[in-house]
Amino acid sequence: MALLALDNVTKAFGGLVAVKELTFELDAGGIAAMIGPNGAGKSTVFNLITGIYAPSSGSIDFDGRSLRGLRTNRIAARGIARTFQNIRLFAFMSALDNVMTGRHARMGASMFDSLLHTPRQRAEERRVRERARELLKFVDLERAGASYARNLPYGSQRRLEIARALASDPKLLLLDEPAAGMNPREKDELIALIGRIRDSGVTVFLIEHDMNLVMNVSERVTVLDHGEKIAEGSPDAVRRDERVIEAYLGRADGAA
Amino acid sequence: MDVFFQQIVNGLSLGGIYALIALGYTMVYGIIELINFAHGDVYTLGTFFSLAILTGLGVSGEMHGLPLVGVVLVTLIAAMLLCGLTGVLIERLAYRRLRNAPRLAPLITAIGMSFILENVMQLWHGPSPISFPEVIPNPAWALGGVEVSAKQIAVIGLAIVMMAALQLFIYKTKMGKAMRATAQDRDAAQLMGIDINTTIAVTFLIGSALAGAAGFVSGVYYGTTWFFNGFEAGLKAFTAAVLGGIGNVAGAMLGGFLIGLIEAIATQYIPGGAQWTNVVVFSVLVLVLIFRPSGLLGESLPEKV
Repeated sequence: MALLALDNVTKAFGGLVAVKELTFELDAGGIAAMIGPNGAGKSTVFNLITGIYAPSSGSIDFDGRSLRGLRTNRIAARGIARTFQNIRLFAFMSALDNVMTGRHARMGASMFDSLLHTPRQRAEERRVRERARELLKFVDLERAGASYARNLPYGSQRRLEIARALASDPKLLLLDEPAAGMNPREKDELIALIGRIRDSGVTVFLIEHDMNLVMNVSERVTVLDHGEKIAEGSPDAVRRDERVIEAYLGRADGAA
Repeated sequence: MDVFFQQIVNGLSLGGIYALIALGYTMVYGIIELINFAHGDVYTLGTFFSLAILTGLGVSGEMHGLPLVGVVLVTLIAAMLLCGLTGVLIERLAYRRLRNAPRLAPLITAIGMSFILENVMQLWHGPSPISFPEVIPNPAWALGGVEVSAKQIAVIGLAIVMMAALQLFIYKTKMGKAMRATAQDRDAAQLMGIDINTTIAVTFLIGSALAGAAGFVSGVYYGTTWFFNGFEAGLKAFTAAVLGGIGNVAGAMLGGFLIGLIEAIATQYIPGGAQWTNVVVFSVLVLVLIFRPSGLLGESLPEKV
């Protein structure tokens, strides 16, 4: 059964249809990508999956259950985590605290445990700190734990955002242009990191402009243009698809 | 010189109360960027609740030993709880639905909320000052030429304990992290699984509970209150929050003690004394807004809650 299934999803902002009758499925395990020209509606799809927007029509199922009407924080608790195109770390928190915050949805301490600082709360806090340190190590940031997030170099901030997202033990990790602004060496490290994430059992779904990266890491590619799915399949098949070439480069006869 | 140190002690106890109130202003501003003008009245409500509880417990005079500790704890905790719940209720009824409205709308609503609370309290106990029973024995000790009373030690001590507990909460607990995260990026916080409605409610709960503690302390310390108490105290605590850097928790504490000190020193050393203290305090507000609008700790420690 598919981990994530979008069925006939449409999102309109007034008269502008950002996503139109989109249907696709994502199987558990592996790395999938969504590509498309600027304004194709890719980020809107992420915002629909994470509950920032509600679909105008159609339905989204995750792990066999509908996400309809769930607030963002409930969807996060179901097991979907994400990063952002423009990094949105908690700039004035330490890197370690950022990752610990990512664990929020999985923490059991109640408000009263927090207020009264109970032993249960303190023990949980210790466990979460331990896990956060492991995740920092996983993304090669073990030495950055004490720094304010905003003081980290750009590439490290991107990796920290991934660590924060992983802290919630997601089933599905959405990466919104993870390679944006990275230099070639950082991109290579990112490709290796995405592979390690998949190997740890997390399904990865990414939006990316960098074709090289997409073709390198993803096993399956969905192409969006003007809010509609125009192609789907293996990277090789998509690369040769005429509609895809047309969407990116214009028509071969020069009419566009 | 003794007079100077005497005023320092007086200023610190006054400042402890301002600091406790200022924390509520700064926490609420940090998380929803609202200057909660009803906050001063929640503080007054704290004095009213404390008085009602003391009366309910049948306390009319000085107490000693274990009963004293019991009465103080029960009254303090009950006043904090009641004020905390009032704060949560105000947020739920008045501010939540305006969360995405233009900023002027919640601000005006806060002023309206302040009027409502003041008038309810006026209905409750009338327009004149009402007095507290003298619960706590108040021996004083001479340290050099400076007289320090038991009440002053209690006020300063309680303020410091509360602030330490708040720091622990904000930096060492899940809910504290949720508050900081929500203050910095509400949408991203939500995507981490943080329920921002709960988080904002908890912020009001804690801020208002601290105002309740301040209400209890000031009632016992000054022995009197009236329905309009929170107007001036609220404005001064707000000044303290701005002085420290609004949105900054450590700044609110620092600002509270500084405003208390400034007020005490001004009373002593300015000819004509007491009548000018408010002029001095609010001149500080004007000067801060002109020369350091982000407050004393506003830029160096931008951690807001």
